[in-house]
Amino acid sequence: MKRELSLDDIESLAVGAWILGTGGGGNPYLPLLNMRLLYRQGHRVHLIDSNELADDALVGTVAGMGAPLIGQERLNDSLTLARAVTLMERHLGRKFDALMSMEIGGSNGIRPFMAAAHLDLPVVDSDTMGRAYPELQMTSVAVGDLSGYPVSLVDVRGFESVVHKVPSWKWAERVARKVCTEYGSTAATCQPPRTGAEVKEWGIHGTTTKAIAIGAAVREAQRKHTDPVAAILSVEPGKLLYKGKVIDVARRTTEGFLRGVVRFDGLDEYRGSAFTINFQNEWIVGSRDDQPVVMTPDLICVLDSVTGEAVGSETIRYGQRVTVIALPPTKIFLSPKGLQHVGPRAFGYDLDFRSVFSA
Amino acid sequence: MRRIGIDVGGTNTDAVLIEEGKVVRAVKAPTSEDVTTGILDSLKSLGSTGVLQGKKIDGVMIGTTHFINAVVQRRSLTKVAALRLGMPASASLPPFCDWPEDLAALVRGGVWMVEGGHEYDGRLFMPLDEAAVTKAAGEMKAAGLKSVGISAIFSPLDPGHERRAAELVSKIIPDAVITCSSDLGRIGLLERENAGLLNAALADLARDTIAAFEKAIADSGIAAPLFITQNDGTVAEAAQARRLPVYSFASGATNSMRGAAYLSGLSDAMVIDVGGTTTDVGQLKHGFPREANSVVKVGGVRTLFRMPDLLSIGLGGGSHVQLASEQGPLKVGPVSVGYRLLKEGIAFGGKQLTTTDIAVATGVLELGDQKKVAHLDAATCKRVFAEAARMAEEAIDRMKTEAGDVPLIAVGGGAFLIPEKLPGVSKVIHVEHGDCANAVGAAIAQVSGECDQIFKDLSRAEALSAAQGIANDRAVAAGAARASLATIESEDMPLAYLPGNSVRVRVRVVGDVAAG
Repeated sequence: MKRELSLDDIESLAVGAWILGTGGGGNPYLPLLNMRLLYRQGHRVHLIDSNELADDALVGTVAGMGAPLIGQERLNDSLTLARAVTLMERHLGRKFDALMSMEIGGSNGIRPFMAAAHLDLPVVDSDTMGRAYPELQMTSVAVGDLSGYPVSLVDVRGFESVVHKVPSWKWAERVARKVCTEYGSTAATCQPPRTGAEVKEWGIHGTTTKAIAIGAAVREAQRKHTDPVAAILSVEPGKLLYKGKVIDVARRTTEGFLRGVVRFDGLDEYRGSAFTINFQNEWIVGSRDDQPVVMTPDLICVLDSVTGEAVGSETIRYGQRVTVIALPPTKIFLSPKGLQHVGPRAFGYDLDFRSVFSA
Repeated sequence: MRRIGIDVGGTNTDAVLIEEGKVVRAVKAPTSEDVTTGILDSLKSLGSTGVLQGKKIDGVMIGTTHFINAVVQRRSLTKVAALRLGMPASASLPPFCDWPEDLAALVRGGVWMVEGGHEYDGRLFMPLDEAAVTKAAGEMKAAGLKSVGISAIFSPLDPGHERRAAELVSKIIPDAVITCSSDLGRIGLLERENAGLLNAALADLARDTIAAFEKAIADSGIAAPLFITQNDGTVAEAAQARRLPVYSFASGATNSMRGAAYLSGLSDAMVIDVGGTTTDVGQLKHGFPREANSVVKVGGVRTLFRMPDLLSIGLGGGSHVQLASEQGPLKVGPVSVGYRLLKEGIAFGGKQLTTTDIAVATGVLELGDQKKVAHLDAATCKRVFAEAARMAEEAIDRMKTEAGDVPLIAVGGGAFLIPEKLPGVSKVIHVEHGDCANAVGAAIAQVSGECDQIFKDLSRAEALSAAQGIANDRAVAAGAARASLATIESEDMPLAYLPGNSVRVRVRVVGDVAAG
C-alpha cells in the first residue's frame, strides 16, 4: 500500500536510522533538515512495499558517498541527489518506477526521500544492508551476485560520472571511490539499477518502517521520561548486552577507514565487568571480559543511556553513559556467502560468526 | 601582578582583588538591572577598606552572562546580513535554516549566497564570485544593514575567501561590523555560521556593554585595561571581546572551575559548584575545565563553541526541601527560592523550607534566626543532607572519566551541602573564598590560541607540531606572552574515507597576559 510519510514519520526515521547505523553511516541531521525544508515547501514523499513492484519495474538505489566530515561543510543538497538519479536514467535510457535506499543505517536512510521529493517517485520500503556498512560489496545484492554496475556519481558543481562496467563489486567500490575522492570526497550516487524481481528476491524488506518504529519508540520515551532502551526492545526483538561508561577511545585510520576500539566500564548490574567494541566506521565486534560475545552481521547498537539515541564511532568520547544492544541481521547475511561479505573475517577478525540470537 | 576579577552573576556581582597570587579581598554586591551599577557597587565595596588606594592595577577581568542572556531572552539583538560563500553547494540549507523561527525573525536581515569556498585539502571549491559579493553588499546597504556575518565552506582551513569578501563589503559599507566565521573556528559549516550570525547579532550590544564596563571602571577611579573572560577560562582584550562577544557566552561556570583550581592548588580534580538554584559538576584537566565535544545549543541555535562540559542538577542553597510524608518521600530541589532566600527561607521568617534552613538548624551555617528552625530534629536534617550528598555523588560519578577515586573541590555559596566524605571521591576540599571562586577565576584568567584543521600526508608528530605552531601564533596575537605558552589540549582524529594520511588536529595553548 502506497502511503504518504508525515514529517513526524521522517523525524522518527532520522532517530531510528541513526540507531540502525550501528556506529557509522553518518548522523542524519542534515538530510533531516533538508526534509523539514522540503515539507515546508509543500513536497511530500511516499513509501511502497516491495511486493507492489512489477517484476520488470526499474528501481533506483540512492546513496551519498564520502566522508561525513565533508558533508558537514558542503552540507547535503536534495537536488544533487535527484541529479544522480536522472543521470542514471539518461545513461540507461529508461525512467525509474521507484527509488530505494542502499543503506538504511545513518544518513543514507533518508537520502532516497530527498531525491524522491523532487522526482515524484515512491520509495520502496527495502534496502540492501538493513544497517550501515563501509563498502559497496557489503550489500544483500552483492551477496546475491547481482550486477555491481553501472554506478552514477554527481557533484553539486555539475560534475557527472558513470562507472559503466567493472568486473566485480569490489572494483565498483574502488573505481567509484576514486571518482568520489576527486570530487572532494563527497558524491551523490545512484547505485546499480534493480528490477522489481531483484528487489523482491534480494532486498531487505520493511527497513524504513522498522527505522520509523524504533525512532518513534525512542521519541515517545523521551517525551514521557521513560526508559528509551526498553522502548526500542519493546518494538524490536533485540537483546540488551551491556550498560556502562566509556573509559577509553583509541582511533586510527588505515586504508581510508576509521578503525579503533572503545573500552567501557560496567554500571548497575554490569559493574565490575569490562566491555570493548572494535570498530571500522561501524561497530564490528563486542567483547565482554575479553571474550567476543557479539559480532557483525548482528547489529551492535551503542545508545546514549539517557536519551536512547545512537552514539557514533566518530564522536563517542570519554565518560559517555551508554547501553549496548544487539538487533538481528537479515537472513541473507547469515549464509556462508553472506558471511564472506560481511562476517567478522571480512573485517579482518579471525572469528567464526556466532549470533547472540542463536540459542 | 595585581588584578581585579569580577563575575556578574544572575544574583550577585562578585569582585576580588588578587595581589601576587593571593586573594586580598573578596566582596559581593547584588547584580543590578543595568549590570554596570552592580559593577560600580562591587568595586566601591572592594575599595572601601583602602586596598586599592594608590595601587597600580594590571587588569580588570570581567565575566558576564550579558551576551548569552540577550540571545536567550531575545533582546538587544541587531539585524544581520548573512553572506555565504559556497554556491553551488549548500543551497538547499540557507543561513538561518535551523534557527527557531522567533529568533530568526528578529535577526535575519537578509540572506545572500554566492560562489566561493575551499575543499578539505585547501584546493578551491569554487573561485570567489567577487562581483556577486559587491552586488550583495549594495543590496545590504540599500536595506540599511550594517552587521554582516560571512561564512565560507572550509574557511577554518583557508579563511581567504571570507577575508576578501569582508574587504569588498567594507568598500561598499565602510562602517559595517563584519564577523567572519573562520574567526570562530571549528569545522561544521552550519554550526560555525550560526555562531557567526549570533556574533553579528550582538554587535551593537557588545559595543555598548563594553563601553559601559570601561566607563564603570574609569568612574571607580581605576586606571587599568579591561579584559572579558571567555568560555574556555581565558580572557580577551576588550577590543577582541567587542568583536567576538559569543566567546564570552559561558564564562561564569568556567570561571568557577578555574577559581577552584587556583584556590586549591590542584589542576586535575572534579569541581562541584553549588549555587543557589543549581549545582554544576565538571572536571579540571591541567587546570582548565574539560570541554564539551559536541554541538551546543544557545537560545535554540546549534553552534560549536568552546564550552565546558558540565552537568547541572537542581540542587543549591535555596532548593526547596520536601520532608518525607504521606504525600511522598523526601525530596530536595529542583525548585529553588533563588535570590528570594533571605525573604522566603524559614530561618529568615518566610514559609519555604530550604536546604539553607536545614544547615542553619544544625549549626552548619550561622544565618537568619536559628530559633525559627529549632523544630527540625537532628535525624530529619541528617536525612536531608544525605539526600543532597546522594544527588552530588551521582552527578560526580556521571562526570568522572576514570574509575578510581578523585579529589573533589567544593565551591559556591551552597558548598556546605557537600559532605567531607563521598563515595568515589578521595578527598573533599573546601577552600577559603570558595564562595567567590568565579571572580577569582576571572582574575587569574590567561590568554589562549587554538588550531583546528586537517593536515595531509604528515606524520602524526609533524601534524601535531604544525598545529601547535599555529595555535602559539594565535595566542600571541591575542595578547599572550610567548615564553609563558603551554599546551593544554591536543587531540588528533584520523579521518575516514579521506585519501592519503588525513588527520584533523586540534591544539589549544594558553599563556599569561603579556605585560603591557
